[in-house]
Amino acid sequence: MSDQHIKLPEGSIEKQTTTLNLGPTHPATHGVFQNILELDGERIISAEQTIGYIHRAFEKIAERRPLYQITPLTDRLNYCSAPINNMGWHITCEKLLGVQTPKRVDYLRVIIMELARIADHLICNSIVGVDTGAFTGFLYVMQYRELIYEIYEEVCGSRLTTNIGRIGGFERNFNNTAFEKIEKFLREYPKVLKEFENLFNRNRIFMERTIGCGPITAERALNYGFTGPNLRAAGVDYDVRVHTPYSSYEEFDFDIPVGSTGDCYDRFLVRNQEMWQSLRIIEQAMKKVKEFKGKEAEVFHADIPEFYLPEKKDVYTKMEALIWHFKIIMGEIDMPAGEVYQSVEGANGELGFYLITDGGRTPYRLHFRRPCFVYYQAYEEISKGAMLSDAIITLSSLNLIAGEMDA
Amino acid sequence: MALTNEYIKQRLTEKFGEQVQQFQEPYGMLTFEAPKELNLKVLQFLYDEADLAFQFLTDLQAVHYPDNKGRELAVVYHLHSLTNNVRIRFKVFTDITSPDVFSATALFSAANWMERETYDFYGVNFIGHPNLKRILNVDEMDYFPMRKEYPLEEQTRIDKDDDMFGR
Repeated sequence: MSDQHIKLPEGSIEKQTTTLNLGPTHPATHGVFQNILELDGERIISAEQTIGYIHRAFEKIAERRPLYQITPLTDRLNYCSAPINNMGWHITCEKLLGVQTPKRVDYLRVIIMELARIADHLICNSIVGVDTGAFTGFLYVMQYRELIYEIYEEVCGSRLTTNIGRIGGFERNFNNTAFEKIEKFLREYPKVLKEFENLFNRNRIFMERTIGCGPITAERALNYGFTGPNLRAAGVDYDVRVHTPYSSYEEFDFDIPVGSTGDCYDRFLVRNQEMWQSLRIIEQAMKKVKEFKGKEAEVFHADIPEFYLPEKKDVYTKMEALIWHFKIIMGEIDMPAGEVYQSVEGANGELGFYLITDGGRTPYRLHFRRPCFVYYQAYEEISKGAMLSDAIITLSSLNLIAGEMDA
Repeated sequence: MALTNEYIKQRLTEKFGEQVQQFQEPYGMLTFEAPKELNLKVLQFLYDEADLAFQFLTDLQAVHYPDNKGRELAVVYHLHSLTNNVRIRFKVFTDITSPDVFSATALFSAANWMERETYDFYGVNFIGHPNLKRILNVDEMDYFPMRKEYPLEEQTRIDKDDDMFGR
């Protein structure tokens, strides 16, 4: 280790440009990112990103945990839409174990995932608003994120890091309050979203701030591994939900909104449109869930006693349940050996899980394909030549989540 | 015509013969390996051929197999052909004493940070990488933490006296 942490490069005193250290804790960066910008006046000449400030070695920790204990780790990747990460992980495990989930579970998962997507896009878009100087929209939609969090709370008991669902289904059935709240959300949110759009979409100040700001071509975006809304804003209609459907997404009717220029304005519009599509999906899913009657409406997990923890009251009264409970908790159940790659459409791109097992009770290797980590490397290219204030908007409109980037 | 795993396999064996081997299909994804000297040639071939068009690098990471003498580290590429909507997995194995693998940054800009991450955790030395330095860990670190010889701390240890965190 050198005795001096910050070394001034040769000739840095005489140079004409300014070096600006933006971050790691800067109010405008919404997360722990550091950018060392080289500025000529207010124009950015070059940017060097430093990441890893909240690296928590999840991949290493996961190598000692059984599958169901890894779910809380995935919460902390993209914490704005934790349920999608949880579901993605469960789907990966189910693929490895060859578990077929009941249709009702799939639909309930779709509801939760789309709610999470709305919560994520809503934060991202309103933060773009804040960074361009419009605070109102942010405060206005925040109460609907609160409503989404209340729905999570009804389903799993927690709000931000949800740990929602189990391998094979959910830990408990959705109660009536949860369904009522979802319906309330479906009733009230469209009006709010419409107003939010009215506030921004044709707002001259907003348009002038965001159009042409941080653009990327489709070709470069693909080469940089962009996925999710950022890629779609550049005009590529790639969506994991459509290309490799999981959790019965193939049964739903929805559109993939695409942009054309890949700038902040297009990213904003694509996210807004996706919220409309998510609402459509939730409505369809609610209809499908309501079609289950009687015994079928009680199904909320697959019948896999080897991996799904039995209900606590059964553990105390039934021999079978006690045995499975003991075996799961003591880690006596081995996984099949194999390697799986499963991806889901996270709120900011393709979230992939690459899991290798060698037959023990813990993964041999687990790698998260984190969308922000992959596309943040394009930041230098797309912010070069821009003004400093544009770089801030670009940063927030890319929807970077430090937790996901650093794993 | 839909692109099938059989067809990709056939094209690869036509081009590279015996050197591309170990074809498997775990959970439906075509997986194969090649000698590490050939990795760029294989990636370029898959990228350029119009009927294959594997032009999207989904993921890149390494795996450590300490018992696999002479080929301890595996670098795994996940490629996606968006036009055909087919994914494949491609592996190269390397010796841990000289873990030199050619960098794919010229082909995929996305490989830049992925390779830095792989270097950071496994010490794979990507030849031709423009800026191969640590990305998530501190620069002063002098080991590669995801390798299997660094186990996690024993959770039940009692010899550690740490008043602050109650262990």
